[in-house]
Amino acid sequence: MEPAEFITHSGGAIGVAWLMIALPLVGAAVLLLGGRRTDRFGHLLGVVTALASFVVAVLAFVQLLGFAPGERRRGIALYDFIPGMATKVGLLVDPLSISFCLLITGVGSLIHIYSIGYMAHDPGRRRFFAYLNLFVAAMLLLVLADNYVALFVGWEGVGLASYLLIGFWQHKPSAATAAKKAFIVNRVGDFGLLIGIFTIFATFHSLKFAEVFPAAHGASQGTLTAIGLLLLVGACGKSAQLPLQSWLLDAMEGPTPVSALIHAATMVTAGVYLIVRSGVIFQAAETAQLVVTIVGVATLLAGAIIGTAKDDIKKALAGSTMSQIGYMVLAAGIGPAGYAFAIAHLITHGFFKADLFLGAGSVMHAMNDEVNMRKYGALRKAMPVTFATFLIGYLAIIGFPLLSGYFTKDGIIETAMEHNAILGWLAVLGAGITGFYMSRLVFMTFFGAKRWEGDAHPHESPAVMTWPLIILSAGAIFLGGFLIVGNRFMTFLSPAVGLPEHLPEFNPVSLTGLVTLALVAVGAVFAWFRYGAAEVPAVAPRGSFLTAFARRDLYGDALNEALFMRPGQWLTRLAVFFDNRGIDGVVNGLAAGIGGSSGRLRRIQTGFVRSYALSIFVGAALLVGAWFVVGNL
Amino acid sequence: MNGTIQAPTIEYALLAPMLVVFGAAIVGVLVEAFAPRYLRSAIHVPLTLLSLAGAFALTIWQAAAKGIPTKAAAMGAVAVDGPALFIWGTILVLAFVSVLLIKGEDHFVAAASAVPGSAEEEQALHEGAAHSEIYPLVLFAVGGMLLFPAANDLLVAFVALEVMSLPLYLLCGLARRRRLLSQEAAVKYFLLGAFSSAFFLYGTALLYGYAGSIDLAKISTAVGSVGGQDTLLYIGAAMLGVGLLFKIGAAPFQAWKPDVYQGAPTPITALMASGTLVAAFGALVRVFWVGLGGLDWDWRPVLYGVAILTMVVGAVLAITQTDIKRMLAYSSIAHGGFLLVGVIATGKAAAQNASALSGILFYLVAYGFTTVGAFAVVTMVRDAGGEAWHLSRWAGLGKRSPLLAGIFAFFLLAFAGIPLTSGFFGKYAVFQAAVSGGALPLVIVGVVASAVAAFFYVRVIVLMFFSDPAADGPSIVLPSRGTAAVVGLAVLATVVLGVYPQPVLDLAHSAAQSLFVR
Repeated sequence: MEPAEFITHSGGAIGVAWLMIALPLVGAAVLLLGGRRTDRFGHLLGVVTALASFVVAVLAFVQLLGFAPGERRRGIALYDFIPGMATKVGLLVDPLSISFCLLITGVGSLIHIYSIGYMAHDPGRRRFFAYLNLFVAAMLLLVLADNYVALFVGWEGVGLASYLLIGFWQHKPSAATAAKKAFIVNRVGDFGLLIGIFTIFATFHSLKFAEVFPAAHGASQGTLTAIGLLLLVGACGKSAQLPLQSWLLDAMEGPTPVSALIHAATMVTAGVYLIVRSGVIFQAAETAQLVVTIVGVATLLAGAIIGTAKDDIKKALAGSTMSQIGYMVLAAGIGPAGYAFAIAHLITHGFFKADLFLGAGSVMHAMNDEVNMRKYGALRKAMPVTFATFLIGYLAIIGFPLLSGYFTKDGIIETAMEHNAILGWLAVLGAGITGFYMSRLVFMTFFGAKRWEGDAHPHESPAVMTWPLIILSAGAIFLGGFLIVGNRFMTFLSPAVGLPEHLPEFNPVSLTGLVTLALVAVGAVFAWFRYGAAEVPAVAPRGSFLTAFARRDLYGDALNEALFMRPGQWLTRLAVFFDNRGIDGVVNGLAAGIGGSSGRLRRIQTGFVRSYALSIFVGAALLVGAWFVVGNL
Repeated sequence: MNGTIQAPTIEYALLAPMLVVFGAAIVGVLVEAFAPRYLRSAIHVPLTLLSLAGAFALTIWQAAAKGIPTKAAAMGAVAVDGPALFIWGTILVLAFVSVLLIKGEDHFVAAASAVPGSAEEEQALHEGAAHSEIYPLVLFAVGGMLLFPAANDLLVAFVALEVMSLPLYLLCGLARRRRLLSQEAAVKYFLLGAFSSAFFLYGTALLYGYAGSIDLAKISTAVGSVGGQDTLLYIGAAMLGVGLLFKIGAAPFQAWKPDVYQGAPTPITALMASGTLVAAFGALVRVFWVGLGGLDWDWRPVLYGVAILTMVVGAVLAITQTDIKRMLAYSSIAHGGFLLVGVIATGKAAAQNASALSGILFYLVAYGFTTVGAFAVVTMVRDAGGEAWHLSRWAGLGKRSPLLAGIFAFFLLAFAGIPLTSGFFGKYAVFQAAVSGGALPLVIVGVVASAVAAFFYVRVIVLMFFSDPAADGPSIVLPSRGTAAVVGLAVLATVVLGVYPQPVLDLAHSAAQSLFVR
């Protein structure tokens, strides 16, 4: 089934969908411009704007459900920047964008609330909330835009917010470096996206989804493949997919709520959104689709392998995020059969990964900001609520039967298996590794012997931090089943992305499913023997070459440095040389020339009225003369 | 035609806005003659503001309720058409805003006749004397500004020019501080203005000799039909051009502008830089398009050269200015050049003319508001000797008064034509019309000149925000309610026209659609 038509809409909550973006944006503006005056209530304002945005999203969702499925792509015209040019800006509320809105504002609000407690003692708390609000606004613009330009503005906005938040503790050199790294790697992706957008405009003479998508089949195969691959480059940058994955692990330098909101639940899924949103283009370009699936599988394995070797709890989770987004990208590359699973996994992942990150934050909060899991152990008694919610998130992510991850990830694996057996089995293998590294993480943190250092007195976090955990873990339990059973989500999403020819049937005892479960169990048991039952050494053993390989992020940084950084530095030196000798000379000469002529011309302005009168007279003579010359031509 | 003189028919309703302003000016003179001194200001300020607001309301009413007339009024002497009504509205709002600025602070001398620095002046100051004549003078000037762009024959245009200019000459000489500079400015402006008026009048005479009429429409028809008199036509048209180009400050007739803008009291500079420019452009466009429309193959290359010269001179000379008001004066010259690009962007097709005209109209509104706002800020930055005119005194203003410096920076960005300010759309509209009118080289010069101009605008921003403030730097006076309102309104207009220009663009377009009546 093809996606539904675009319908111009006005009125109701959908008509004021711009409020979703405007509210947090105003919040950010007030907090940033208001300065210290807003210190006292800054965090509350941040929470209120995010919650208000959530309310608008829910109302818009309810209104959207009121329309017949074929009429659920509602376009709202907002603003025409330059009349007559392709700069009309509008919003598009459809099942796809509203799903994201609910996730961003819902999980976003919970993380805002959590941050009240987490950042309670930070002097920069107001600034933190301002950036968070800015992020929410930009992310909503990204998903609500009805054209590629506004999408790109939101895309850059989330990049900026991410940069500001990774480097939030900029006094730490590591944080400042990580922020820069994230920004630069993202620039590479953005560059690809930008060229992709240019190509779209050159091909279709429009950037509006409503005009590009219906025309997509008219373009040549080569152009569509190029557009698809360029969009994929953008998606890889933002979603930390191979080969642009290197920034995500370092991004964990940011405060933990940031890791949860931006670098797990929402921003890093923007690439998946882009691929699904541009689905029509990808479906018309098989090569591009194939590359998308390969990138997804490669990343899901790479992320999982990295996750097995990290001792830093947040970095282990970051590897896991990479891996899970790999699953989503894989599904998004398959086509209409995979879209619903990709987005459903994205949403459930948003819940359980935010839950895990916030749980990790809660642990760090209790352990004096220690992140090394080798110094944790036996925390389950000290922090019962955190432990319980973390355990739920853990079971959800490894795909424990009947929890969210079980339904959504299994759906992706089954679809991949049907699409291509090799991809399918690699995805199964990834699930097994997930079982291992997540179990390792839980055992090292909550079980085994106490390996606490110094004056650590772990305690349960305050209610403002635990309640968001409880709500998120509720989502981690139920959401997957709700979305997947009976193809509920696939049907809901179909007006935006279309339906596959055969609706999948949920089969609890398929061969693939059983093998997956078995592998996960093996991984978990293996982890128990190495990290649960056995003693965990305080210093990481050297391990095999494979461990070293994983610990160093599969040599991703080394590769980047050898391939890009060093040649890049040489190129920079060369460019600086040419800039100083050649370009600056021209520019400075030009400036000096203009300045000099200004100085010389200035002397004509003598201040004597007689010379002014003379200049008028001469001017008049010239004018008359010119007129005669022109008139007699 | 049996010897009796027929009384002319006058459409009073159509001319009402102008009549209200002139009437109020005359009442103002009577107040000056009969009201006691202590009451005068109390009467003048509301009278002036009310008459301007009333005239504006009448203009709107005419355009909205009565429709745009398709025939010239007052026996063909005054053309109240779409462009004229739009320009009237613009001038009246800008004049209203300028009057708020005029009443704001003590910008004017206590006794203009006293020798600067003399005991007499001291005494006048002590007694609290004030020249309340400025209000009727401003009203007369504004009346002239209204008549000038609507004048449909050359003699009416000349009368309007003088009615507009004479009060301005006087007002220029009334600055309270830097008295000598102010008096010098007034005399220079008067002498050169008279000189250029003579050109205008001579041009009128020659054109009358050519066409046998001073009526723009009749000149236009004569251009197509009278042969063998080209010398009269060319010299007459060129002379007329000198008079008009002088008023907008186009090169090489720009020399007066920096001196006069610098010397005049700043609120008067604001009035001249906004209202006079708008009026002069309205008149220029009408004379060249209506009267000399058939001659456009001749005047377009000439104006082409003038526009290039104006943009270059304005932008390049502004770079080395150290006086903030002189810098703004050169900037105004450059903007005059950009506007001339729009004047040249005419073609034979009515649609092309309408788009060029609407571009010019929008530019005038955008530039007018930003300019008034910028001069209003200038009035607020002061040190012991009055306004802190030297640019070096503005160093570090961003640290002392971030809000004011931020607003001024915003105005400068609007002058430079940065997107999301009104200046961007003004330039965009004019340049776009020029490109579709085939004047691409001119647009390239315009863009390069804009880039040069951006340098000196940004230089002031750098100075305000990235230099350390001087130890005895200027202080910011707390603005009076009037000045604050002016600045606020200018910021609002600059933002709204930059972010959501559509309504005003539409208005300008519908005003331009009807083009000029003949």
